[in-house]
Amino acid sequence: MRAFRIFFRSIRDAFKSVFRNFSLSMASILCATITLLVVAISLIIAENVEKATESLENELSIVVYVSKSATEEDVQNIKEGILAIPGVLDVVYKSKDEWRIEMSEYNASFKAAFENYEDNPLTDSFTVTVEDVNDLEKISTEIREISKVDSANYGKDAVNTIIGVFDVVEKTTIVVVIALIFVTAFLITNTIKLTIYSRREEIEIMRLVGSSNTAIKLPFVFEGFIIGILGSLIPIIVTIYGYIIAYEKLNGHIISELIKLVPPYNFVFYISLAVAALGAIIGMLGSLMAVRKYLKI
Amino acid sequence: MKFIELKNVNKTYSTGVTALADMSVEIEKGEFVFVIGHTASGKSTFIKMLYREEKPTKGSVIVGGVNVAKLRNGRVYKLRRKIGVVFQDFKLLPKLTVYENVAFALECLGMASSEIRPKVLKAIEIVGLKEKTRSFPHQLSGGEQQRVCIARAIVNEPKLLICDEPTGNLDPETSKEIMKVIDNINKDLKTTVIMATHDKEIVNRMKKRVLLIEHGVLTGDYLKGSYKSHESV
Repeated sequence: MRAFRIFFRSIRDAFKSVFRNFSLSMASILCATITLLVVAISLIIAENVEKATESLENELSIVVYVSKSATEEDVQNIKEGILAIPGVLDVVYKSKDEWRIEMSEYNASFKAAFENYEDNPLTDSFTVTVEDVNDLEKISTEIREISKVDSANYGKDAVNTIIGVFDVVEKTTIVVVIALIFVTAFLITNTIKLTIYSRREEIEIMRLVGSSNTAIKLPFVFEGFIIGILGSLIPIIVTIYGYIIAYEKLNGHIISELIKLVPPYNFVFYISLAVAALGAIIGMLGSLMAVRKYLKI
Repeated sequence: MKFIELKNVNKTYSTGVTALADMSVEIEKGEFVFVIGHTASGKSTFIKMLYREEKPTKGSVIVGGVNVAKLRNGRVYKLRRKIGVVFQDFKLLPKLTVYENVAFALECLGMASSEIRPKVLKAIEIVGLKEKTRSFPHQLSGGEQQRVCIARAIVNEPKLLICDEPTGNLDPETSKEIMKVIDNINKDLKTTVIMATHDKEIVNRMKKRVLLIEHGVLTGDYLKGSYKSHESV
């Protein structure tokens, strides 16, 4: 019972303190807000980049062009040859006539160009998907060794550039987030330090009449917690509404249709939860640092 | 075992100043003891050691069977609950009423308000402030503020009441009244009282045991009534 009363008393005192020194608390809350906003945006970017990288990698496939002199039998041999390579997931055949029809439908100028040829200038092709994108190079090389194969390539350079950029974005956001977390924790430490200072008489008396150290520290830890949670409110609202609106405006993808955004539902709630938890943890961490440093007990 | 027992206590501060040298003294349960000496004589250090605000450099300080010198920081609060402390500067919380100031001591310990109320009212009655329960400290005279401080010190029924110059800021008339309150607490509640002061008149009038500390050394231990101010100080 006693422990409960001390617990609730601490919560009450923490709220009192936050509102009694409101201008001071506000500075910390605003700082936490800015940090958590950046954290929320970074988390959204990081998650989207990761998902995009994953899906891009999964879409990587090897396009195999068959030599013009190949007979139907050769084509069949090539298909079997590719399927025999370990790590190959699927092989889809597309004949040169199919290519021609598809390209003509896609663009009128292609159609006009094709009409100048008596024969079909295109070649038959296979699209090969693999189990592990890291094997693309090896498998392409093996495919090239099959007879009557003209070329076997995958969009190595373009994809690598995109993935490289994504990687930089991801790492930068992580660094920024960690730096901001430290700045906020430090600012909250300062706020709590001033609260401790403004309540030093009370603390002195508490010590004299025999309050346990935990009972003295607890209100400050709660105060940090409250500052952290209040600081996470605006970022959470911005995350939920901002992301849903952005997702709808962009039709669920960015730059090209290849880079899909993570669907907002549940995703925004996970981010919000992470932001609130982070706010609470930073707040408590900051106040614990202050309590340890300035409360000599 | 004696209630309070100091054995060969030494205290040297980190600045190199020796506040107490080889002090040994015993105090019985229910005694009333004055501690006198000049400023910086070491009497404050002696008082602070009793409630473990200071730790001795050497020797043992036993209060109520507990060796305070060896008490871990995390356990000090248990000792403090058995001790009431009264200061020269009262240390009241300005935003709380008399009642709230006294109740604060019990609230900190997590006591229920139903349990707190009778104890607080009783303590306020003992110090004679029944009429001023709802007043704020700034509405009280110095003597009344000191009474609140005493009420707060005794509300948890401590076995030991430590007073550090409780009349230092008060005029002689008010000091007399405060001493009466403290004397009554000693007599009626059987609380051991240890009081540091340099008010010679009080010491002469009260005729209690007197410990004289000079330059960190216990130079005199006068039994009840045998101390006369002209001897020293």
